Amino acid sequence: MSIVFQKTKGLTDAVTHYCPGCTHGIVHRLVGEALEELGIIGDAIGVAPVGCSVMAYNYFSCDMVQAPHGRAPAVATGLKRSLPDNIVFTYQGDGDLAAIGTAETVHAATRGENITVIFINNAIYGMTGGQMAPTTLPGQVTQTTPYGRDVNYSGYPVRVCEMVSTLDGVALAQRVAVNNVKNVMAAKAAIKKAFEMQINKKGFSIIEVLSTCSTNWGMTPVAAMKWLEENMIPYYPLGVYKDKTKEAE
Amino acid sequence: MAYNILFAGFGGQGVQFAAKVTTYSGMMSGSEVSLLPSYGPEMRGGTSNCAVRIDNKMIASPIVNEPNLLMALNQPSYDKFVEKVEEGGTVIFDDSLIKRTDARTDISVYPIPATKLAREHGFQGLANMIALGYMAKKTGFLSLDVLKEGLAKAVPASKAALLGKNIEALEFGFNY
Amino acid sequence: MSKVLMKGNEAIAEAAIRAGCLHFFGYPITPQTEVAAYFSKKLPKLGGTFLQAESEVAAINMVLGAASAGVRAMTSSSSPGISLKTEGISYIIGSDLPCLIINVQRGGPGLGGIQPSQSDYWQATKAPGHGDGHLLVYAPDRVQEIIEYIFTAFDKAEEYRMPAMLLLDGTLGQMMEPVSFDDIPTPVKHEKPWATNGHKNAREHNIINSLFLKPEELEIKNFERFERYAKVCENEQRYEEYMTDDAEIIIVAIGIAARVSKSAIDDARAAGIKVGLLRPITVFPFPTKAFDKIKNDPKVKSVLTVELNMGQMTDDVKLALECKKPVELLRHTGGIVPTPKEVFAKLCELNGGIKK
Repeated sequence: MSIVFQKTKGLTDAVTHYCPGCTHGIVHRLVGEALEELGIIGDAIGVAPVGCSVMAYNYFSCDMVQAPHGRAPAVATGLKRSLPDNIVFTYQGDGDLAAIGTAETVHAATRGENITVIFINNAIYGMTGGQMAPTTLPGQVTQTTPYGRDVNYSGYPVRVCEMVSTLDGVALAQRVAVNNVKNVMAAKAAIKKAFEMQINKKGFSIIEVLSTCSTNWGMTPVAAMKWLEENMIPYYPLGVYKDKTKEAE
Repeated sequence: MAYNILFAGFGGQGVQFAAKVTTYSGMMSGSEVSLLPSYGPEMRGGTSNCAVRIDNKMIASPIVNEPNLLMALNQPSYDKFVEKVEEGGTVIFDDSLIKRTDARTDISVYPIPATKLAREHGFQGLANMIALGYMAKKTGFLSLDVLKEGLAKAVPASKAALLGKNIEALEFGFNY
Repeated sequence: MSKVLMKGNEAIAEAAIRAGCLHFFGYPITPQTEVAAYFSKKLPKLGGTFLQAESEVAAINMVLGAASAGVRAMTSSSSPGISLKTEGISYIIGSDLPCLIINVQRGGPGLGGIQPSQSDYWQATKAPGHGDGHLLVYAPDRVQEIIEYIFTAFDKAEEYRMPAMLLLDGTLGQMMEPVSFDDIPTPVKHEKPWATNGHKNAREHNIINSLFLKPEELEIKNFERFERYAKVCENEQRYEEYMTDDAEIIIVAIGIAARVSKSAIDDARAAGIKVGLLRPITVFPFPTKAFDKIKNDPKVKSVLTVELNMGQMTDDVKLALECKKPVELLRHTGGIVPTPKEVFAKLCELNGGIKK
């Protein structure tokens, strides 16, 4: 009997705590597969954030550090500067990366820290039960925007890839989504490319992954995928915002 | 003899450097020494001062509240510190910049127009060394030779070319 | 013995490099900026990392990362900057990571002032961050001793897997004294099997973490940590006694306050007052053993604390004495350092005047 699919060695056997229908599981697998396919599980050190993916340290099979809220890029900087030949990545949500950790994100990016950032954008705070995120869409209802996000009152969402792509230290900034098979395949290729760029010492790479939170969006998983496609992708267009390897050509 | 010295002047007059030379010299003459600079916004063009202690026994506090030796290179410094000089203490001051305003008779006061002399004799920016040489002459607190040794230590390697001129200024002040 | 004249802040950096710390992360703040400047000159040439971080918050988290990697790492700041670092310090404590933090204290609260102070004593010894936890806290009083305790701090931080702090004041950071590196110890090498440095597929994955969602697990962690603190209190108390043998009055002071007190003691002794100094060098652990003698010594009539704060250490002194001796406090804040004359006057008062 031939094996046609098996779980990546990049993940442990721990059972995740994520909600049914959550796309963290997909992104975890993509990261784990990328680490395995590049043969870098033994060299990689992941930094877990504060938020839904706080316990990512139990799920990735490489060495893991759990960082204070928003500080993952600073912790990753300390790791990478101490161990320049290892592979260092952070795995962060939108609140962690684009609200409380904005300074750490922007400055690690502009320094061109040779690290990889996996950025989960699901437009909501999941762990605390569905409050407004820096990426919550205009009009979107959350626990703390019960009448819908009023941009005149709460301000506008942050488009992270567009913002960091203006920084010279950034080697790769790409937005992908995991709402259908085609996009999942593209997301995998992007994540793998980000790690390859780190291996080749190109600088800061960030992959923003548009994700769903069916629990806090109050939808079925299938409806959430549809909502992502119809609402998030128009506001956060998929694509490559910066690619130093392309610029060199 | 224990020396509790205050060097004071405008930022840029080299009081910190004169203090450093003195501290090195004290160290090289075998004494215990400490140096405590004032710090903060004062460094940026205001008055700057530096406390140096030289003693034969271990120095407890590096702070000099009542100096027995004061070098004042500008008026605000003179005015601020002259009243604090210990009875029997000595003051060296630059009388090309400072008018004596106190009436103390219990201290020895020696004026030297260090800034004017520096300008006229090709020692631009070295009024501090002229005053230091003069201080050594008037008080004998350190010998000229040991001050030269301290100076050689205090001048950083990157500025070694300036050592010769500093030594000349020191000697000029000593022989004034 | 070859001596060089060195500023406290520069000596911190030179000693740390010699102790094997090649990773420094910091943010400029008066009166300790020379620490960073010195590192920035030296570390690149030694293959180390000097990084000026975007904030104090980032700097301490870079230290967290570097310490996780298993290298000796440190940061340095002054009071308002340390407040910003407390989040990271708490995580470092909770993750059982060794590192060194320097606090060259200035007056507070708020932006306060920039002149010397000891007003972060409570913060350093009682509440360095949220949650139950401690730092090893050393309070040297001279530049040579700063050098000595940089080595001790790294060694003990790694031995007990906890962060260490040098609690200084602006005077100690700024002053220059002759120092020698002739007799410095060889840095102790501690194995770090817990480090997250890539498992090379040769061991289980290491996790550095301070999150324990099950209360029972978190409590076990805290109890274990406090067992280590108990060992620290038993084994790591350091203090200096100066003329205490026949003393009727004991001054307790640290840092610059201790040095001013020594001046006053010399004057007081000359005037026939029997006074000595007990100078804590560790303030966590507080050197309670030194007080065990004093509290039962019938010769000792009173204890005087001299502090550059409103009396923060005085609490610990009273506790250590179990209220068996009266404790008086001489204090200044905001950057004012007590003068030897002031301390002398207080000693005369406590002595009931000078009996010749």
